[in-house]
Amino acid sequence: MNILQNSTKALLLSELIGGMYLTLKYFFKPKVTINYPYEKGPLSPRFRGEHALRRYPNGEERCIACKLCEAICPAQAITIEAEPRSDGSRRTTRYDIDMTKCIYCGFCQEACPVDAIVEGPNYEFAAETREELFYNKEKLLANGDRWETEIANNLSIDAPYR
Amino acid sequence: MEFSEILNVYLLPTAIIVAQIFAIIVPLLIAVAYLTYFERKVIASIQLRKGPNVVGPFGLFQPLADGAKLFIKETILPAGANKILFAMAPMLTFILSLIAWAVIPFDVGMVLSDINVGILYLFAISSLGVYGVIMAGWASNSKYAFLGALRSAAQMVSYEVSIGFVIITVLLCVGSLNLSAIVEAQKTIWFAIPLLPMFVIFFVSALAETNRAPFDLPEGESELVAGYFVEYSSMTFALFFLGEYANMILMSGMTAVLFLGGWLPPIDIAPFNWIPGPIWFFLKISLILFCFLWVRATFPRYRYDQLMRLGWKVFLPFSLAWVVITAGVLVAFDIVPTPLSG
Repeated sequence: MNILQNSTKALLLSELIGGMYLTLKYFFKPKVTINYPYEKGPLSPRFRGEHALRRYPNGEERCIACKLCEAICPAQAITIEAEPRSDGSRRTTRYDIDMTKCIYCGFCQEACPVDAIVEGPNYEFAAETREELFYNKEKLLANGDRWETEIANNLSIDAPYR
Repeated sequence: MEFSEILNVYLLPTAIIVAQIFAIIVPLLIAVAYLTYFERKVIASIQLRKGPNVVGPFGLFQPLADGAKLFIKETILPAGANKILFAMAPMLTFILSLIAWAVIPFDVGMVLSDINVGILYLFAISSLGVYGVIMAGWASNSKYAFLGALRSAAQMVSYEVSIGFVIITVLLCVGSLNLSAIVEAQKTIWFAIPLLPMFVIFFVSALAETNRAPFDLPEGESELVAGYFVEYSSMTFALFFLGEYANMILMSGMTAVLFLGGWLPPIDIAPFNWIPGPIWFFLKISLILFCFLWVRATFPRYRYDQLMRLGWKVFLPFSLAWVVITAGVLVAFDIVPTPLSG
């Protein structure tokens, strides 16, 4: 009986036709493609994109040069040098991230006690040379200023889960 | 000899034939270009994507852009290649895929050369196609190209056998080798209905014959890079590509002629027989080509031993048995067709 059933199935190509029917159904389904540079997909508030160094609302930089991010960075992409500023507060003199080393794990953001280094929602920072991807402090602070609204919003949305 | 005599006897007929050839080849090449576009659109659609939609309205200029890209690229001749064979192989493939169209009837009497052995001619030309592949594989002097060519040769030869038997079955029902006669014989009923199993076997063999998925082992990307045309670039590659797609259209045309009644409308009543024959023929070819692409988007690639098993152990005995059955039925019910010509 089983042999008869199986050979009938094989001769009538029922499984092949079933497969073809499935793909034909998909042929008529609405398409999921988005018109990328003009249309973008949704991003989670936890999205880990390009790094940014944030400032307090009064313009003072948040980073206190505790070097926790440098210590936790698994790719050793962060380099920090620090010394006391003229007003006596401890600040970084150098804060470099090698974006070609970074693996975008987000550990630096988690390690930071003052929410200074964050990974923002920007992922369109492709460059034409390697040198452009060796970010220094100015670049990171500029990123922070540019993306502050989005970053603050994302952090507040995600705060209850941290 | 008078000038007017030369004009009437030699120049005018030649000019007419050349015009006819162009009238077939130009639409064919446009069809090939748009078949690549159609393929990308259909497969994209099945995979829930949109396919090319940036170059021109709905991406309609994409084939032109691709063609222009291939045209301005450098033609690379590998140092170890047999230069003459290497250059000849793509030309052969391309030429063979075009000359078969000489006997395909587009409507009553609308055929370049209405020969009485049309189907044999088609069969011979499509069998010759394997030489282009073997020459390319051999002349490239590359292991991937060579393996691809060997696979392709073995595959095309295997499936030609069952295609041959399918054609014999159709011939038994028609009593003529002339393609127009084969179409005319389907006035009452298309052969796809009484010969349905043969139709399926022919379609699957056509997939294998044109090296299309799921029988695209000769160009299996994952193991052979691209198969027999790895070493080809630029226009030589484009000729292979065009040849492959022209062969797809040709096999669809053969399927339409043999099983779907060529230029005949589905039912010979008012709204259907207003539409001219070539349009019906075009629609049928498009439908079969859609099935080619649909199959490609649905099924995974066969393993090589499975492919050979299907060809030799399933299709060959099955089609052979069907030839005998058809012949037996025709004799038993005394409906052997009288030869229409010759």
